[in-house]
This record gives sequence, structure tokens and C-alpha cells, in this order.
Amino acid sequence: MERNNILSVQQSRDSDFIREVEEASGQNVSKCYQCGNCMASCVYTFAYDYPVTQIMRLIQLGQRDTVLSSRSIWLCANCQACTTRCPNNIDVAQVMEALRIMTRQADTVSQPDIQAFYDEFLRSVKTFGRVFETGLLPVYNMRVKKPFTDFDLAPRLLKKGKITFFPALVKNRKKIAEIFEVTKRECFSKAGKARPEPLSSKTDT
Amino acid sequence: MKRVAYYKGCSLEGLATEYDRSTRLVCEAFGIELVEIHDWNCCGSSPAHSYDPLLSSALAGRNLAIAADQGCDVVMTPCPGCLKSLKGAQETCEDPSKRKAFVDLVGRDVDGMKTISLLQLLYEEVGPEAIKKAVKRPLSGHVLIPYYGCLLTRPADRAKFDDPENPISLDRLIEATGATAPDFPFKTECCGATYGVTRNEFVGRLSGRILDMASQLGGEAIVVACPLCQQNLDMRQDQINKFAKRDFHLPVPYISQVIGLSLGISPKKLGLDKLCVSPDVLLEDRAGDEKRVQEQAG
Repeated sequence: MERNNILSVQQSRDSDFIREVEEASGQNVSKCYQCGNCMASCVYTFAYDYPVTQIMRLIQLGQRDTVLSSRSIWLCANCQACTTRCPNNIDVAQVMEALRIMTRQADTVSQPDIQAFYDEFLRSVKTFGRVFETGLLPVYNMRVKKPFTDFDLAPRLLKKGKITFFPALVKNRKKIAEIFEVTKRECFSKAGKARPEPLSSKTDT
Repeated sequence: MKRVAYYKGCSLEGLATEYDRSTRLVCEAFGIELVEIHDWNCCGSSPAHSYDPLLSSALAGRNLAIAADQGCDVVMTPCPGCLKSLKGAQETCEDPSKRKAFVDLVGRDVDGMKTISLLQLLYEEVGPEAIKKAVKRPLSGHVLIPYYGCLLTRPADRAKFDDPENPISLDRLIEATGATAPDFPFKTECCGATYGVTRNEFVGRLSGRILDMASQLGGEAIVVACPLCQQNLDMRQDQINKFAKRDFHLPVPYISQVIGLSLGISPKKLGLDKLCVSPDVLLEDRAGDEKRVQEQAG
């Protein structure tokens, strides 16, 4: 990924972006004064392209493309350390969450395999009403073409009787399906355009 | 007898069955009636939240609505991930701009419902004093590390329990069993959360640090109250050892198992044999030679 060219910030400024992020997250991003507490608290900074403090600044500068294609957004684990320590009471983790949703809408998810894991998780919920752990892993593994992920854990878990072979089914799965349908429709209208299916196979890597 | 709706969540039905079992036994011992939410569904966890906040709130909210229909006003969940979703659903219902969409989808409001963690239930409803009095098999002489993980007390205005930076409830509960709980600097550091599958090296790094600090403090076990933390630290401990080129061997029991043990409930019933790293060290009776251990600790 290309780093943002600081000299071109003015040209690439999208003044709608900060408003959109603030609306989606319910947070006042303008209040960030770059103290760096969030970055210092974040245990994932080592894996980020832009530390979270810079993400906040880039939002203020209206750098839509740079922010929405950033690796950081999809590597944030939502652990709440940044939110807990922000002196301006900005729910930074909520801002990151809102950005994740925006990348889905803009189709610029930087970590398709993580999205694939989330999607398979949701597919499991949609199908059974609950997450079927034993079924989720092999499906995910096939989808990202890493068939042996966590294979080493299997013998021990089998011995401990921790692997279940049948999903627990919620009786009222109709209601669960309805929740998925309606929220999908709501999102369509919010994004103002067709939103990528959450459970499509588009993200195969 | 206190009546509390019980939302166990998907983990406690799969990889964390021992958390479910021990939770039920400990609650029973203290006269708390757990009413399992009828036909409960998954709360959606982080995947739902990162797709659409309303999806998350509606999935979690359906469970609150059923609990309300069952005549409960307190919902307890042992899983901090579920806790966050359930509390989020409550907030959505109370937010005037989202209330209609929520009620339309869930079928009713969930006003006045209170969602708490197992930790909060044990700390506030039972309390360290009552546990201390009920202890039959004190864990004196054992050094147990209290590890909360990131979500149990955070974000503060949603959790509304204990301190977000330096929580003490788990420390006090461990001490009530007679064991020693050292001041653990990584109490609320993230263990790597859901990245066990997708970014295994993150868990190696982050959970590795937690195991390292726990052993530096002389911990014999890390006590947790979250199924995800438990899986990362226990089930993945071999993977972490491989990644960090270390040789950790720290059992990671749930707080409900530790309290259960001190109450004299059998290890088998509490599902201690389900843990990947053997917790046999906890079964050593050291109540008699507490003094010797204190001397060793210097």
C-alpha cells in the first residue's frame, strides 16, 4: 500500500469524509488533539500501517482513500484501551468500528481473510441461530485456502471431548433470518447504494 | 433465592463447557437460581457489530426480550463478548433515534433490564465475605494471577462495573478462596482476542506477554472470566510456546472453577479435566504449610 503523500493532502481532501465518520460513529472526531494516548495504549500498533492517532488525524484531514484502505482498521481488535484512555472522551474504538463498516460499503476491506472469518461466523449464526465452532473453522479454512489452520489443536480437543459434531439449532430460526434480512435492507438505504452481500464469496483470496 | 436469567452464549456450549458447568454449580451453592433463556440465539459478537450495529443489537436484543418475557429483570452472562453485545442492545433500545427500529425488529422493548457478567454477580450479589465463610477447602499457599481481559470492565460507561484500568473484583474473589492474588500489571491487556484463527502470531505475541508476566510474578495459574482469553492462553499455549520459543506450563482455570474448588466441589464436576494445561497443581493441599510458602516468597 502506498503511504499518504503529505504534500498532496490538500488536493486529496474530502471534506464530507469527517462528517460521514462522525455521523456513523456518533463521535466528535474533531476533538482529537493528537496527544497519542490511543497509539501508546494500542497493543496492535506493531502490525498497523497507520497508528490509530494518525488514523484520527487523517480523518480530520478528509483523507478518505488512505483511511478506508488502511490495514489498521481491520487489525483493530476493539479491545477498548484507546477509548478508555482518550482525554477527550472520544470512543476511538467506535470510530474504528464505523470505519470497518464503511470499508465494507466502499468495498475496500484491506484484510479479506479476517472479513471472511467474520462472514463465516455470521453465516453460521444465520443458518443455525448459534455459532457452530466445529463447523466454522473448516469452512473458513477452505475459503482462505489454508486447510490446516489449527489442525494441531484437533487431537487434544477430541480427547477432551470439546469438539461437537452437530450444531445446536435455535427453534425460531425464522426470526433470526428476518433480523438478517431487515438489517441488510436498512443498510442498503443508509449507504445509498447496493451494499456487498455480507456472505458473498467475493473476498476469497 | 435470587432469580437471574442466564445467557450462556455459544462458547459455553462448545469449547468452554466447563465454564458453564462450574458457573451453574457455584451459583447453586450460593442460592442463585439461573433461568436459562428459552431458545436463546448467538449475540453476533464482533462480526455482527462490524457489519451493522442494528444487526448486533437485534440479535442480542432478542435474548433480552425473551428474558423479560420469562419474568426476569437481570440477565447474567459469563462471556464478556456477549456482555458487550447485550449491553449494546439495551443502549440501542433506550436511544430515541434507534428505538423504533429496535422494537420493530425484536418485537418489544427491553426497558429496565440489567445485564451483568458472572464476575459482577459473584462480586456484588454473593460477595467475597460470603465466599470466605463458605470455603471448605482453602487454596492457601497458591499464587493465582487475576486476569480480566479487555472487555469485562471496558468501556467504562457501558460496563458500569469495577475500574476500567485497575479492576479489583477478581483479585478479591481469588483472595476469598484463601489463595494469593499478586498485583498483575497486565490485568486488562488484550490477549489477541478473535485473532487466534486468522492471525495466530498476534496471539503468540500478546498472550505470550501475559504468560511471561504471570510466571515472572510466581503465578501457578492464571484465573480468567472470559472464554476467549481462556482459549488463547490455555488451548493455544503450545502454539504460543512455539512462537515465543518458551516453555510455559500455566493452567488457566475459570474463576467459577477456582471458587468451586474452594467450596469443596469435586474437580471432575467442575470440569477441571477439560483444561488443556493440567491444573493438578491447584489440587495440592497447602493450607497446612502456608507459613513455609510465605517464607519462600520472601
